[in-house]
Amino acid sequence: MTTVATAAEGTDSPYALSHLDALESEGVHIFREVAGEFENPVILFSGGKDSIVMLHLALKAFAPAAVPFSLLHVDTGHNFPEVLEYRDRTVEKHGLRLHVASVQDYIDRGVLKERADGTRNPLQTLPLTEKIQSERFDAVFGGGRRDEEKARAKERVFSLRDEFSQWDPRRQRPELWNLYNGRHAPGEHVRVFPLSNWTELDVWQYIAREGIELPQIYFAHEREVFARNGMWLTAGEWGGPKDGESVEKRLVRYRTVGDMSCTGAVDSDARTLDAVITEIAASRLTERGATRADDKLSEAAMEDRKREGYF
Amino acid sequence: MSTTTTEALSATTLLRFATAGSVDDGKSTLVGRLLHDSKSVLTDQLEAVERASASRGQEGPDLALLTDGLRAEREQGITIDVAYRYFATPRRRFILADTPGHVQYTRNMVTGASTAELTVILVDARNGVVEQTRRHAAIAALLRVPHAVLAVNKMDLVDYEESVFAAIAEEFTAYATELGVPEVTAIPISALAGDNVVDPSANMDWYGGPTVLEHLETVPVSHDLAHCHARLPVQYVIRPQTAEHPDYRGYAGQIAAGTFRVGEEVTILPSGRTTRIAGIDLLGRPVDVAWTTQSVTVLLEDDIDVSRGDLIVPTKDAPATTQDVEATVCHVADAPLTVGHRVLLKHGTRTVKAIVKDIPSRLTLDDLSLHPHPGQLVANDIGRVKIRTAEPLPVDSYADSRRTGSFILIDPSDGTTLTAGMVGESFAAPEPVKDDPDGDGWDF
Repeated sequence: MTTVATAAEGTDSPYALSHLDALESEGVHIFREVAGEFENPVILFSGGKDSIVMLHLALKAFAPAAVPFSLLHVDTGHNFPEVLEYRDRTVEKHGLRLHVASVQDYIDRGVLKERADGTRNPLQTLPLTEKIQSERFDAVFGGGRRDEEKARAKERVFSLRDEFSQWDPRRQRPELWNLYNGRHAPGEHVRVFPLSNWTELDVWQYIAREGIELPQIYFAHEREVFARNGMWLTAGEWGGPKDGESVEKRLVRYRTVGDMSCTGAVDSDARTLDAVITEIAASRLTERGATRADDKLSEAAMEDRKREGYF
Repeated sequence: MSTTTTEALSATTLLRFATAGSVDDGKSTLVGRLLHDSKSVLTDQLEAVERASASRGQEGPDLALLTDGLRAEREQGITIDVAYRYFATPRRRFILADTPGHVQYTRNMVTGASTAELTVILVDARNGVVEQTRRHAAIAALLRVPHAVLAVNKMDLVDYEESVFAAIAEEFTAYATELGVPEVTAIPISALAGDNVVDPSANMDWYGGPTVLEHLETVPVSHDLAHCHARLPVQYVIRPQTAEHPDYRGYAGQIAAGTFRVGEEVTILPSGRTTRIAGIDLLGRPVDVAWTTQSVTVLLEDDIDVSRGDLIVPTKDAPATTQDVEATVCHVADAPLTVGHRVLLKHGTRTVKAIVKDIPSRLTLDDLSLHPHPGQLVANDIGRVKIRTAEPLPVDSYADSRRTGSFILIDPSDGTTLTAGMVGESFAAPEPVKDDPDGDGWDF
């Protein structure tokens, strides 16, 4: 691990922070603002790299005290077992409290219907928003980054949601200096994005610098996959492969972690953090473009889901 | 980007900058060109733009579609709000506040410029310095953005004539200097043809300066902190109350300005109590010295009452506290701000009740003339405001500290962010604005 606050090269000031130190400091500031201003915040935690970095920042922000927030996972029912195992181990290690909102429960109760394409990502919105209401969470941390998608480029760090959890991009509060405005009426909540200004590469560099452990599916491994819509999907009980799709064993890794039905693996032999970083720095595809089917549904897929309350 | 080692990549610095330009100045093209030529647009993003352009019947890819992210923006072909974009070179990381040039330009540019260390102001070489250019320069000066770039665009349409560029650069620099903009770099470009944006132009041998990207990569990002007033707004009190740390009591916050050292005598405002710094934790690691903008936890020698909203400052350099704040503000909400308005004022980590006592003047950005006692400020108006706060606040002049000299006003009824405020004099210039000859206002 490198030292925490090295002066960056290429500047005339010994006080210039490196870009990772600047992003880390800003993220910590955001966590502490929420802790200071809200009654009942929660961190969305999927076991994916962005939420893992969020949790790491929260642990640093309040050390040596415990993180003053609980975690919330929206379980699609089609999660990777390695990721669920990582989730539970992390929760236990840090003595945290985990809430789970289960898509499968909603399907079993007949409240939600399985989609024809088998994708469960859009089905997460209702369990998420109902959990926020029932637990009365007033601030919900998400690992969303503005570099992921162009609707997200417009998202505020503190993003007000109405009592139906809806996002209205035309009625966002201007965000000035680092003076975040967390005011909200009862029933409303604020989505908070401490990684807003991070890019995928920043996240990976920070993981490497801090020595943060990740679920193994982020690194190259042999896996039984089949091709659908130009992506390698993991075969499994969730509904693949279908007729005409054939399973093969390939050396792959994941760039994002989500529902198995719409998160694709990429061909890769990157088994270490350094190899992953080298691969991403050279990649000509964004992580969502490479591995997320749900964002390809329409030009405004992400915006439309965000409006409804998705993260 | 070439494959460099992790260490080399993470040692780069971060530059936040904002763009400003009116509708037809070619701002989207410049942003698109910067992203594209710095190889920050990836294949799938470009394909998406090509697909969308083709479905609209356009022949080539419309690079503006890279930046217009919302459905309504694409449908109407306009940009609604500030968007933040990210790109990197091996030398530096960039956060670009991409501000639209449309009707709501003032509040959007103020929002973008509030966190920027540099502003790129575009002008059309055929039109030269126009009203809009002066507005942009005035906002950059008001927000005290340390560096300004004048990008004289569309040089291809004036035959790459040096004299055209020189005249515009001279006129702009004189105006900006008068406003107190500390540093202006003028660059002749063609965003469409790619001259001097990322690659040096073969069409303008007479220009010996940097390209836009080269300048962005090399402009210094921080100031000499030795001359800054040190300020730490307390965000949160960390008290583990565990067997391992039974007595730990740390005051967490992000250093807003200057440096703090262990052993230094400090004063807590507004209470005025004095103690010494017993220790500084930099996210779990003890350090002897910490500086802006590090997030730290400070331990004090004496067990005194300190809570969120307090400001820790060096005893030898403490600001006065006051309940009467006079500031230049930009009104950002649709409903007007009026005299007698009861509001909340957020300054640092402290939010207090406040009342708008007076609106002495409204500023016309085009010619910097003052409209006395306008009665109210509407969306996008910039004006002088006198505010009485319910509790004393330790405010600095915005000229001395962008972080502890700024505040926002909030509507207590629905939480709307109403107004962005900058304490003290509007411009660094000698006398462009002076609204209070009696001098009963601000005193630092």
